[in-house]
Amino acid sequence: MPTRRQQYEARIRRRSALIAGGSTALVIAAVLLLVPMAPGWPAVKKSFFNADVFAKTFPGLLDAFLWDVAIFLWSAPLIFALGLLIALARDARSPALYPVRLFGVLYTDIFRGVPVILVIYLIGFGIPGLGLPRPWNSPYIWGTVALVLTYSAYVAEVFRTGIESIHQSQRSAALSLGLSNRDVMRYVILPQAVRKVVPANMNIFIALQKDVALLSFIGPVEIFRQAGVYKSLMANFTPYVGAALIFLALTIPATRYADHLLAKQRRARS
Amino acid sequence: MAFLETRGLIKAYGDNPVCRGIDLTVEKGSLVCLIGASGSGKSTLLKCLNLLEPVDDGEIHFDGEDISIPGLDPQRVRQRIGIVFQSYNLFPHMNAMENVLLAPRRVTGQSREALRPEAEALFKRFGLGDHMTHFPDQLSGGQQQRVAIVRALAMRPEIMLFDEITSALDPELVGEVLDVLRALREEGMTMVLATHEMGFARELADKVCFLDAGVILEEGPPEQVFGAPKEARTKAFLSRVL
Repeated sequence: MPTRRQQYEARIRRRSALIAGGSTALVIAAVLLLVPMAPGWPAVKKSFFNADVFAKTFPGLLDAFLWDVAIFLWSAPLIFALGLLIALARDARSPALYPVRLFGVLYTDIFRGVPVILVIYLIGFGIPGLGLPRPWNSPYIWGTVALVLTYSAYVAEVFRTGIESIHQSQRSAALSLGLSNRDVMRYVILPQAVRKVVPANMNIFIALQKDVALLSFIGPVEIFRQAGVYKSLMANFTPYVGAALIFLALTIPATRYADHLLAKQRRARS
Repeated sequence: MAFLETRGLIKAYGDNPVCRGIDLTVEKGSLVCLIGASGSGKSTLLKCLNLLEPVDDGEIHFDGEDISIPGLDPQRVRQRIGIVFQSYNLFPHMNAMENVLLAPRRVTGQSREALRPEAEALFKRFGLGDHMTHFPDQLSGGQQQRVAIVRALAMRPEIMLFDEITSALDPELVGEVLDVLRALREEGMTMVLATHEMGFARELADKVCFLDAGVILEEGPPEQVFGAPKEARTKAFLSRVL
């Protein structure tokens, strides 16, 4: 026999589920009924949701997406390392290292202040323009450099937040044992800070995976460029929808996972 | 000169003077208890003693050396002076053994294997033999505090400072931590203890110092300070806490 409280809560739960289900069904029905009533719907349906085109282009898009994944995979570790270095540079306390600190500040200000696409253009077209021999003029190299430079600035800020979030008492405890400042950072502060900002960094890396598509503007035939090629060949926009779906298949689970980690962290703290 | 001695130690945080001229002497092998209300300067004094806080003025002499000279490398001094805090401050990402081994490893450059036997002996001695691989969040407050003491002892300090180490503990866990202090007392460790455990201070201290508003207002053997306090403020404080 459930208690009065349990009966009451079960009743509330049933009621809430009913209302949520009903309102969702209503919205879906409205979209399904109203959108096809728009005057341009038949044309949009043909050029964006064409099953034939979708089936023909999807395997090619998937192949091209491997480039996006590859570029992501070799950029991510570089970003992690450079971001950590920049974060530490901004923490350098000795006067001799002042230039390092200044560099850290300027770096994060500049690369967080310029749109990614501009950095990609400037580096992707500018540096190969110096007349470098193959393979050093490859847009894959300089596109990667542009992404690494930009994203390191964001990751550095996240690491710095993490470092600052470690309580002063941890530092005191480590120092009181006679450890050097360097060892305190390396063995006590950083390991805790890096763990703490995993969810925040995951969100940045999800954004990176999407921004790899921007490299299409300087050459690499990755998924966005490939979709553009198909669009021109078939005079149809469906390949873009296919590309979007492929991105979502990767980013939605990753986003969910990051949110899950965040929620877990919040629970652990409370 | 005593083993540890401060002269006119002054420390302020901003406009807030916390220590206003403290003269403390600690003889080798003795146990000195600092008592007094919250904010009387006990904790700050201890942090100044192992150079976690720089003093504004005054001197600290440790084993014949003035360690309060501005610009002195604090690392070498801290390796010889252990401190344990009220809130344990174990490193949460390391298990108990790693917490204890970190400083000896980095400071002496010896391997884990070389240092482990001594650390294990310390763990076992203080009833922590079963908890060496546990992480701080798997330990009770009393166990964590004992690990923190072991961590400080692993550096083989010549003096130990304890900053209200039982104040954050549930009453039933206070005893196990005080037992550790008793054991250290028996082996002749020099100790300075900021505490609210008046019973413990009375039982074991060689000297009790009553701090009030940033100075040592009254000091002496426990029988004298607890039994026949001279200062009115000491009497008032003791009547509130006893």
